[in-house]
Amino acid sequence: MTRPPKSPRAQKSAARSGVREDPASAYDMTDAKEQIEHRTLACIVDNEPGVLARVVGLFSARGYNIESLTVAEIDRNAHQSRITIVTSGTNHILEQIEQQLLRLVPVARVIDVTQSGGIERELALVKVAGQGERRVEALRISEIFRARVIDTTNESFIFEVTGASMKIDQFVELMRPLGLVEVSRTGVLSIQRGKEKGG
Amino acid sequence: MGQMDGHTGGDVTQAEMLTGAEIVLRALTDQGVDTIFGYPGGAVLPIYDAIYAQDRVRHILVRHEQGAGHMAEGYARSTGRCGVALATSGPGATNMVTPIADALMDSIPMVVITGQVPTHLIGSDAFQEADTVGITRACTKHNYLVRDVNDLARIIHEAFYIATSGRPGPVVIDIPKNVQFARGPYVGPGAIEHRTYRPRTIPVDHRIEEAVALMARAERPIIYSGGGVINSGPKASEALRELATLTGFPVTSTLMGLGAFPASSPQWLGMLGMHGSFEANNAMHDCDVMVCVGARFDDRVTGRLDAFSPGSKKIHIDIDPSSINKNVRADVPIVADCGEALSALVAAWAARGRQKGPDLSPWREQIEQWRARKCFAYPASTGIIKPQYAIERLYALTKDRDVYITTEVGQHQMWAAQFFHFDQPNRWMTSGGLGTMGYGLPAAVGVQAAHPSALVIDIAGDASVQMTMQEISTAIQHDLPIKIFILNNEWMGMVRQWQQLLHGERYSHSYSDSLPDFVKLAEAYGAHGIRCNSPADLDDAILEMINTPRPVIFDCRVEKAENCFPMIPSGAAHNEMILGSITGDEIGEAGKVLV
Ligand SMILES: Cc1ncc(C[n+]2csc(CCOP(=O)(O)OP(=O)(O)O)c2C)c(N)n1
Ligand SMILES: [Mg+2]
Repeated sequence: MTRPPKSPRAQKSAARSGVREDPASAYDMTDAKEQIEHRTLACIVDNEPGVLARVVGLFSARGYNIESLTVAEIDRNAHQSRITIVTSGTNHILEQIEQQLLRLVPVARVIDVTQSGGIERELALVKVAGQGERRVEALRISEIFRARVIDTTNESFIFEVTGASMKIDQFVELMRPLGLVEVSRTGVLSIQRGKEKGG
Repeated sequence: MGQMDGHTGGDVTQAEMLTGAEIVLRALTDQGVDTIFGYPGGAVLPIYDAIYAQDRVRHILVRHEQGAGHMAEGYARSTGRCGVALATSGPGATNMVTPIADALMDSIPMVVITGQVPTHLIGSDAFQEADTVGITRACTKHNYLVRDVNDLARIIHEAFYIATSGRPGPVVIDIPKNVQFARGPYVGPGAIEHRTYRPRTIPVDHRIEEAVALMARAERPIIYSGGGVINSGPKASEALRELATLTGFPVTSTLMGLGAFPASSPQWLGMLGMHGSFEANNAMHDCDVMVCVGARFDDRVTGRLDAFSPGSKKIHIDIDPSSINKNVRADVPIVADCGEALSALVAAWAARGRQKGPDLSPWREQIEQWRARKCFAYPASTGIIKPQYAIERLYALTKDRDVYITTEVGQHQMWAAQFFHFDQPNRWMTSGGLGTMGYGLPAAVGVQAAHPSALVIDIAGDASVQMTMQEISTAIQHDLPIKIFILNNEWMGMVRQWQQLLHGERYSHSYSDSLPDFVKLAEAYGAHGIRCNSPADLDDAILEMINTPRPVIFDCRVEKAENCFPMIPSGAAHNEMILGSITGDEIGEAGKVLV
């Protein structure tokens, strides 16, 4: 039996005693030490049938996260839609997500909204039921958040509130003890600052 | 498209009106397709009518749609052109899924046309309805459901463009039956400009300069080439050879890249990776500059990632930007077609003139020392045929012929890669990324269809070959005299090897029980059967196979317990290769969980 200088035996004992924790192959590549970041990406896509399934399928097939997703046609004549995705991962994963998205044939471009300092907004509809003090308090807080009342009964409001996701989170939290019934959110929309077209 | 077509064939309003099925055949003809591989069924009958009505596109009737897909792959890989397969809806399309996934993994240009139930029945669970675009979305480069005959011609031309440009891959076109009957305008291929799809092919200048600067200072350089060089076309292989000659760098390649660089060159190190050569893997590990061209740092190649070539600067050329920095960080990323990038490197290197770089002779000496280990050596035997010996003889007796090799998946595939040597690209067809048993036989049929007078050999295993054996009937019907050379070890040898080394010799369901008599099987199909048991008879038997002008099944009885070495166990580093026979103890627990 011939054997190269470095025996795999040494490696074995290390593995058994649990000393070696570094990745053994691509399968084990976790960027545990790297920081997880959140990122908002906007994909401008050709609005053809199945394009959303392609984008979503890519995320599930490769094990990427989707924290929020919005999609709508933005230019009927050019057949273009904008898909805004909030995702998370290490910098390396986020780079891969962008490149993998660009591989999809109907994806025209991908804009890194977070890194390019774009604007992000979300809209929520928030139903709150209650009477007396709690009702008054809910209305007072809604004014602070510049929420609009779009439906009222004697015992309930539906508020429409827009803003950064965090602001909506806060609003919902404040409504919780005041009789929060349900929430409906659009997910994040995004656009570039300045006069230029994004991407 | 219509406008572009205008100046050649009149404007769109006067475009020729054809049925959908006629448009399919016309578009195939205009794309230069001479052969398609298919199987009929209810949802493609109009297309079969159109096939019947013409004689420019040859249709090869297969026995199972999977066979059609692999034939298209073999055709594509051996010609550099796009392979085309045709299947009916439902089961026809689902049978095609494996070759589609195979083509995606190995970047093979292929267009698959499937029939679909009529548009008004889609979604009603109609007879033989399957959501073909849904099922194949994850395993195609792109796919289409054609709902309107007016889009059909454009979509077909676009599909060919997408399949063959950039990083090649499979494209599915699903055509409902009513669209095949409906009449619509035919538009020709024209110059395709896709709205969103624009592969980048030309390298950025400053990256080439950075690469050459690194290469010029290298003391221990290596070129690591892959299937991308072959996909890029013969010019890329030529440029690779030129670059190697100019620089004097040693060259290794992946399984998919064999043939791009001549195995007869003294600079050739052999294949790298899990079953690659000692010299290639050690050179990869110890190099200071790595030029990776058209390869993707697959886990079969890198082994343990954190120990992969720790001291090198890496230049990575790939047409697919997502391949770069995916598994291994590149110091100089070059997004480009391999041929373009290699030519640019050749030009930039030549422009340096006679500048002297570091002396590479110590590195060469080191490599020769590794080579001297003769890592592929095996104990000779006079009583029983060693599988390695069988491939050596097959190579010796066929190398001066016009020979194409396909393989199945397993030990025989690795021995073929180690012991059969290629000096030209497009001569070696194997399932690398997906590792599909059953690929080799139909792929050989596809190769033979493209090269009728060549010697086409499927180096097979006893288990793999039974997965698509029925395609021998296709070969008989179409006078395609493929040779199926089975290294019959009566085992799923590669599975047995892993069970021996990693699973305490528990040989669970890896014995090839109840094997057919391959000679009788050959005869039953109308092919010629040969059996060989002894090394002394092997040469004559191989010559008999070569000289038989019909399909042959060669049952080569080989050593049953032979293992494939060298081997880098999963989870080990390149310089932790195992050269001889080992017991399971060498492989750590961490390695055992890997595939
Ligand atoms: C379709 C498919 N199923 C299962 C496997 C797993 N597998 C890899 S090699 C192998 C055994 C192959 O046996 P054989 O064809 O006899 O080749 P040998 O290794 O004996 O040369 C198996 C089952 C595979 N690669 N493909
Ligand atoms: Mg076998």
